[in-house]
Amino acid sequence: MKHQNAWIILTGATIGLFGALLVKLGNPGNMGYCIACFIRDITGALGLHRAANVQYIRPEISGLVLGAFVTALAAGEFRAREGSAPLVRFVLGALMMIGALVFLGCPLRGILRLAGGDLNALVGLAGFIAGVAAGIQFLKRGFNLGRSTVSKFQAGGYVLPLVAAGLLLLLVIKPVFDVKTGGPIFFSKAPPGSLHAPVLISLLAGIAGGFLAQRTRLCLSGGFRDFFLVRDTYLLKGYGLIFLVALILNIILGQFKPGFLNQPVAHTSVVWNFLGLFLVGLCAILLGGCPLRQLILAGEGDTDAAMAVLGMVAGAALAHNFMLASSPTGPTFYGQVAVVLGIIITGAIGLVYREV
Amino acid sequence: MSEWVDVRGHSCPLPLMKVKAVMDRGATEIKVHGDTPAARENITRLAENRNYAVTEAKTTPGDWKLVLTSKG
Repeated sequence: MKHQNAWIILTGATIGLFGALLVKLGNPGNMGYCIACFIRDITGALGLHRAANVQYIRPEISGLVLGAFVTALAAGEFRAREGSAPLVRFVLGALMMIGALVFLGCPLRGILRLAGGDLNALVGLAGFIAGVAAGIQFLKRGFNLGRSTVSKFQAGGYVLPLVAAGLLLLLVIKPVFDVKTGGPIFFSKAPPGSLHAPVLISLLAGIAGGFLAQRTRLCLSGGFRDFFLVRDTYLLKGYGLIFLVALILNIILGQFKPGFLNQPVAHTSVVWNFLGLFLVGLCAILLGGCPLRQLILAGEGDTDAAMAVLGMVAGAALAHNFMLASSPTGPTFYGQVAVVLGIIITGAIGLVYREV
Repeated sequence: MSEWVDVRGHSCPLPLMKVKAVMDRGATEIKVHGDTPAARENITRLAENRNYAVTEAKTTPGDWKLVLTSKG
């Protein structure tokens, strides 16, 4: 037990440290890590959406997947698994992304925003906790997406780690096939997509996070969930440390600016900050883990989690092509409709997939 | 009262919830069969918090069996 506590504290401290440091080194404000924003930026870099200011291959994401992959291999924990409602997980991944892009961040960025003084994140995190609590009600009524089994062929487990490595290659090589448009890879010229820390440091932050999160099973929805279910505070300690270390570092680096107004990549709509992360919390409980955890599981060979990650990519493309994603001026009408529909669809999934 | 729980292949937190349900029914000896290390760790923490002794009957990261015995 003591051994586990030491690891979770080290993990929280490391992620908090990089969370503040990456901003200092060039990442967008309060965006040291953001699983949703970074997957959205990668989706844009691949041209799957054409929002010109959010396109960049964020090496943190590749680092997280590859860090978890290598760690799982070394620990003998890598195992290709499959078969727990992959299509439903794809849909939940997409909806989780849409909720996050209406709030403007995943739960991890929620904590980092708060550590930067952005009080709108407090509203979002309240919504996240409410979403987790709502998700637990479905669990208590027998919600279950079914068992996964170890795959007959292990190759499937290598797909997402290989994609993560391939993305790094694209970032380094920056191939140009179409001289006129600059495709197939697109990089933003304006913020926030143009803002990034040096590639090697971002990659290192990802790998370190992937290693530690694989060891500790760090999961932000799991933190509140396990506390509500069995009063287990193990994962919440990681959460607390991320906040504390990022807060202290932000104050030292002059990045702490408390308030609601003029926060970086954020809006002030109380209702839609709350409901955006409510949808994320609900989806995360039904998926068995937050966006970060899905990446780590995918690195360990869980192909159902990899489907959730691909769903997040699809959700990011939809969010920008259909104008669902919020901007610093606030949520869009379409985004508001999508969040309400998302909550209804997720609730329906929660009711339909039940053990009898 | 002895019970057997198969939590293989379930996403978090179902392994934990299934073991907790058996504990709440008053089982004094619970045999758990699982396949993910995260579930093993969650269940071990739950057992320790609820005053059960944990014996590992078989342990590889991808296939493990725990025996939880109530300490009264």
